Amino acid sequence: MSHADLTMEGRSAGLLAGSPFAIPTKKLAMWLFIIADTMTFAACLVAYLFLRNGTPNWPTPFKFSPSIVNVMLMTFILITSSLTMLIGLRHAKAGDKPAAFRWILITAAAGAVFALLHLREWMGLIGEGVTLFHNPWGSGLFGAAFFSVTGLHLLHVTSGVIALLVVGVRYQGGRYHADDIEILGLYWHFVDIVWMFVVPLIYLLNIAR
Amino acid sequence: MNAAEKQSSGLGKDIVIYLCLLGMAGLQIVLAYTGSAGEGLFARLLVVAGVQALIAVLFFMHLGAERRSLVVFVAVFTLFVLATMQYGWTDSFRMINGAPFAH
Repeated sequence: MSHADLTMEGRSAGLLAGSPFAIPTKKLAMWLFIIADTMTFAACLVAYLFLRNGTPNWPTPFKFSPSIVNVMLMTFILITSSLTMLIGLRHAKAGDKPAAFRWILITAAAGAVFALLHLREWMGLIGEGVTLFHNPWGSGLFGAAFFSVTGLHLLHVTSGVIALLVVGVRYQGGRYHADDIEILGLYWHFVDIVWMFVVPLIYLLNIAR
Repeated sequence: MNAAEKQSSGLGKDIVIYLCLLGMAGLQIVLAYTGSAGEGLFARLLVVAGVQALIAVLFFMHLGAERRSLVVFVAVFTLFVLATMQYGWTDSFRMINGAPFAH
């Protein structure tokens, strides 16, 4: 056996070595993505709080109705969609494909309703005169900060809905497996967790009193 | 316990976690409207959100059931970066006072 063969064998052995933390590689990749995305959202929220803290005339535009009521409904829908995702995963692990696909579709529908409610909230604020650089109440930075943070979250929800539909259809067709549903579920729960911080920091700290 | 029983008991736990998360979301609304605005409210809301996130990560994302090494990796990595983002926090007070620390 030549030196080159030995080296190739050594490389193959390295490639075939077990995944770190003994979890599937795709799942590890999703965890790494979630950690990186946590940093992105944390940076946005810290920047938002920094501006809010350092700006004396920061607007507090969110009235109980319609804004906070809308946010309560959105929170209910998003947390419920996490539960429906878990139910879908349980069916997928049990090998019940039709039921799993049904629950994935329900989750995607909940995500779509969330996105529509979010757009309604945006339209309401835009209708009151909030743009990226102006608003009728105070610092012009509010619009840019608000739309950046909530827009990034909305982008994640929209991407999640598309991913749910694609993975769901491919799972139904036999190209994907229960493990893929589990990995997508991690992403969906992460989007839910981010919303748990967006609501208090963006909305509840800025309610109209 | 057969597979169907296991599945229904697991679902029961998920529903309890789901109700806890909804309850804490409701608690945030109550805190926001009953307490006065300011640092105290900020801290209370952040603590509730942190507990919500911890519960969701452990039970919905099943991190609690993963290998201990993965849990430590995710926790240390995430908390370290979140902590380092706080270094410039006091500077926001300089902005509102309009007086740089150098003066």
